[in-house]
Amino acid sequence: MTKARFIDRLFAVTGWLVTVVSLFILALFIGVTLKIGIEKLNLDFLMGYPSRFPERAGILPALLGTFWLFILTLIITVPIGVSAAIFLEEFMKPGRWATIIEFTIYNLSGVPSVIYGLLGLQFFVRWFGWGPTLISGAATLALLILPVVIVASREALRAVPNTIREAALALGATRWQTVWHQVLPAAGPGIATGVILALSRAVGETAPILVIGAAGFIAFLPKSPFDDFTALPVQIFNWVSRPQQGFIVTAAAAIIVLLGLVFLLNGIAIFLRWKWQKRQKW
Amino acid sequence: MQIDRKKVDGTQRLNRIIEKFIVILLFLATSVSIIVTFSIIYIIFSEAIPFFKEVSLVEFLTDTQWTPLFTQKHYGILPLLVGTLLTSLIALLVAVPSGIVIAVFLNEYVSAKVRDVIKPIIELLALVPTVVYGYFALLIVTPALQKIIPDLQSFNALSAGLVMGMMILPMIASLTDDAIKSVPRSLREAAYGLGATRFQTSFKVLIPAASYGIVAAVMLAIARAFGETMIVTIAAGQFPILTFDPRQPVETITAYIVQVTMGDVPHDSLEYRTVFAAALVLFLLTSIATSLSFYVRRKMAMLK
Repeated sequence: MTKARFIDRLFAVTGWLVTVVSLFILALFIGVTLKIGIEKLNLDFLMGYPSRFPERAGILPALLGTFWLFILTLIITVPIGVSAAIFLEEFMKPGRWATIIEFTIYNLSGVPSVIYGLLGLQFFVRWFGWGPTLISGAATLALLILPVVIVASREALRAVPNTIREAALALGATRWQTVWHQVLPAAGPGIATGVILALSRAVGETAPILVIGAAGFIAFLPKSPFDDFTALPVQIFNWVSRPQQGFIVTAAAAIIVLLGLVFLLNGIAIFLRWKWQKRQKW
Repeated sequence: MQIDRKKVDGTQRLNRIIEKFIVILLFLATSVSIIVTFSIIYIIFSEAIPFFKEVSLVEFLTDTQWTPLFTQKHYGILPLLVGTLLTSLIALLVAVPSGIVIAVFLNEYVSAKVRDVIKPIIELLALVPTVVYGYFALLIVTPALQKIIPDLQSFNALSAGLVMGMMILPMIASLTDDAIKSVPRSLREAAYGLGATRFQTSFKVLIPAASYGIVAAVMLAIARAFGETMIVTIAAGQFPILTFDPRQPVETITAYIVQVTMGDVPHDSLEYRTVFAAALVLFLLTSIATSLSFYVRRKMAMLK
């Protein structure tokens, strides 16, 4: 065997090793967490309220808070994100301004989430006077995932072939009619996939919500967007940072629920994409 | 059939007005990104400037202690900066080589079928919320490492950095994968045609040809590592001590921001403003990294 062949084989082994080891570590992490938390994962835990005593602590307010955040973030971010994507893809001419906006969006996607938290704290919580409520949290998360939603929606719009646009325009449709009746429906599933993926990231976000001041200890259920709240990741952080051994178990159980939610959302997104690709005729 | 000219003209005019209105709405939605950018800059500077009126820039940049919350106050950013750089460096040492190896491996060494199975599983690493990674780092990785490194503290830069590396790995892998995929087929085929091995093709042809894309990916990863908050807050500690020793607890800029905003420091106090002075440094670091990434990507697009 020549030296070149030997190196080639060696890299094949390295490749397998790195891939398998990283997957193994993730599996190990999740396995250990499951083992610690599974005993706690019952209906009492899911329907219970936070408590100073780990054996009584539950996650209902956190679960509901996360659900509220998900819906509100969706409502705020989708109209803005998709509209921006439509404008950039369908109406804006390439040039200096297009580059500037592209640069802005690219940079925003690199801004740390904790800084979005500071933005939410100064603007929504203090300046708008909303306090550390659901609406402040959702608005902060919406701004955080906006660049992701815009980029994903643009890709979905770009995937729609130009022949569809040309056909509609040739039949006398205006540009907006073309977008609304032809391009948008065609790009819909792609946009939906991108939005769900972005939201699954928002669901797991902790830092911005901590910074705007979401409490880790909420003993009531939020009833309107202007109620104080806690969310699943915040609850997990709260338990992880407590000294009592018992909270390691409750944190693990909450992690199982959070991972379940995030994986479920991604599963839905992947399923949508797969269905779409099967149906796609161009 | 007679066409009612007037009616057609009227509808067209109405359509044109609606159309204009809609385009204006779309434009407003687009401008949100620009407004957010300026808002971020505004909130940071509006609190950081008053901070620098009370604390000199020289003290901020050269003092080796950061103790704004103690009675003996020092305002040197270095401990936080070093904490951020140390954990990020460890993370990148894990993520960059293994991300590139995985990307090359999946592209050149395995069949499309195996790749289609492994790729989504690798992406799972990026889905795990960071607070969960923090739990892993503190309660699984640190105790395990303490068996090998006896004087590893229970809060330390090493575990936080290693786990952060796992989180960033899929980002490097998938962006490198995109970069390798965008290399023209002819180059790859020429290399194989000349009898090059997969390794030679990958590292002497594909990687150099994809180097712009890989550099852009690494820059994004750097920004991500600098800004990562929960893993370091949970597992690296909240002790701003100037140290390069990964076995010791450190505090990053992000962890400090969380620590203070979670506490009950009064707004409009110097303590509160320290958060924004620290955030300014973080924002500058991440902005430089993402801007470089954007620049390199543009360069790459122009070369094509």
